[in-house]
Amino acid sequence: MSATAESIEAMNANMSSSWSLWLRQIAAILRMEVEKNFLGRRAILIYLITFLPLFPLLILAVFTPPGNEWRDFQKYSIIYSVLYNGLILRTVVFFGCAWIFMNLFRGEIVDRSLHYYFLSAVRREVLVVGKYLSGLITSVILFTSLTVVAMLLLYLPHFWSQSIRFFLDGHGMGQLLSYAGITMLACLGYGAFFLVVGLFVRNPIIPALLLYGWEWLNFLLPPLLKKVSVIHYLNSLVPVPVSEGPFAVVADPTPAWIAIPSLLIVTAIVLVLSAYRIRHMEIRYGSD
Amino acid sequence: MPGPSVAQGEGLRSGEVEIYNSLMTTPIDQLIIFDDVSKFYGEILGVNRVNLNIAPGITSLVGPNGAGKSTLMNLMTGLLYPTKGKITLLGIPTDKPDTLFRKVGYCTQFDSFPRGVTGREFVTSFLLVHGYTRKEANQLTDLALERVNLVEAGNRKVAAYSKGMRQRIRLAQSIAHQPVVLILDEPLNGLDPMVRAETIALFRKLASEGLHLIISSHILHEVDMMSDRVVLINNGYIVAEGDIHGVRDEMQEHPMQILIRCDNPSKLAAQVFAQDHVVEARLHDDRGGLFVKTRDADRFYLLLNKVVSSGEVNIESVAPVDDDMSAVYQYLIGTTGGSV
Repeated sequence: MSATAESIEAMNANMSSSWSLWLRQIAAILRMEVEKNFLGRRAILIYLITFLPLFPLLILAVFTPPGNEWRDFQKYSIIYSVLYNGLILRTVVFFGCAWIFMNLFRGEIVDRSLHYYFLSAVRREVLVVGKYLSGLITSVILFTSLTVVAMLLLYLPHFWSQSIRFFLDGHGMGQLLSYAGITMLACLGYGAFFLVVGLFVRNPIIPALLLYGWEWLNFLLPPLLKKVSVIHYLNSLVPVPVSEGPFAVVADPTPAWIAIPSLLIVTAIVLVLSAYRIRHMEIRYGSD
Repeated sequence: MPGPSVAQGEGLRSGEVEIYNSLMTTPIDQLIIFDDVSKFYGEILGVNRVNLNIAPGITSLVGPNGAGKSTLMNLMTGLLYPTKGKITLLGIPTDKPDTLFRKVGYCTQFDSFPRGVTGREFVTSFLLVHGYTRKEANQLTDLALERVNLVEAGNRKVAAYSKGMRQRIRLAQSIAHQPVVLILDEPLNGLDPMVRAETIALFRKLASEGLHLIISSHILHEVDMMSDRVVLINNGYIVAEGDIHGVRDEMQEHPMQILIRCDNPSKLAAQVFAQDHVVEARLHDDRGGLFVKTRDADRFYLLLNKVVSSGEVNIESVAPVDDDMSAVYQYLIGTTGGSV
């Protein structure tokens, strides 16, 4: 060890600058975690969830169902909005984020490998940031791609030339980018929520189902309670609003300049809470 | 039986004085200090009122399963936090992992790994998390794999390793960043005798380079072979600490047993029986030696010198028979400890 003592000292001296060190550490955590998220055994379920909405769209691409609405190009923006709201946002993104973000720490506790991170010379807050970003990158790549591919798959097979004009000259591109943006915000918000749930609760499925129920029942809630949800802010940003049915309690959508910062602020608060929890966390696999 | 502490310099016996002096001359930033540390898991006791000062060298934590050895190690490394008290390693509190693990390496007992990694990737990836560049991490990984003789197997998946190889790759991971304090929880478990001997030699080499090595083990003869000092723990309490012979000297309720090989054991027996500190003298089964139990080994050795110089008895050898880790363990903890 003595032969290399000087070079080790030199290596440690390179670590004096906190920010560059933290960035290097976050990059290292990101590399490991993103690889695990995409190629690990747990990724199989994520791929299944992500590709779920594509199967009906592929069938629709080949066989146009009977009914006039399927032959009217103008209706497709509403059809996609319904599909996006009901299947992609509320189901795929919700459960996909639940699986990805809960497993960031909970998965490692189950695998009994979290202690390797805790025994590294890294601030636990940096670990939270690295892990959260890895979940965010994974979910954004998967679900934003799904959002875009699903929209193109709905429009292009039936109305090729109209769709090309819609996306290149009309409102299509704007809508596509809005939906992609909403998906990213959903990953940000749901991701932070599920990260913290995975840290505090031994069986995170129960709080996930509770939130799922709350988000689905959002349309029945009085305006004030609607605001205590993620879906309310995301729905406020949807480019083509759809009716929530005859029993829905109507509330004004929150403007984008409030909705987006609100989601970001809540996400930041939840991340601070996660960092606090991780800082005081003990490794006791037996009791987890 | 509390061990020597920095605050209690007076009244120490010969074996302890050396340790006391070394603790007093070792700066605080080179000591591992447990200051009245207790850890409870709900209502279950982990460890209670632990006061320890550990100087560089090899220190073994010895005790039966569930005694609190791993709890003590996990407390030392911030994997657990004390319910009461304070722990510092080289002056660094355990809740500062970013500073602590520049100097500390911990090889736990958890035989689990991130999924799908090779041995090399396992070591390198956590060096990158430490903040080393890719080039530095690769260099350090090579050194660590070399130290544990896993260079050739480094590119194989950890999942395909034998238990001994998994143990060694975890050891490599814990020493890869060249720590000053190395904490090893049952590091010899699963190793075959040859690798065991090599690993003990590696520990001795690391200790000779000035490292702190804290090792938990229940293999008593290995503890005897490699430790500079021991900490005996049972039911969450420190039962004794110090160097093995010092601890044994302190145990006056258990007279020291000595075997004297000589040409006339009966005559020797008659002479030693006259001494008030000798509580038992018994002929060896082959009648070529004498077992003596004495409360004061120093006085007994003086007596032997007189016997030798008088020429009445020819003494071939003198050896304490319960001055080792097994005997200390048996006296203090009440069982015979573990074996290989």
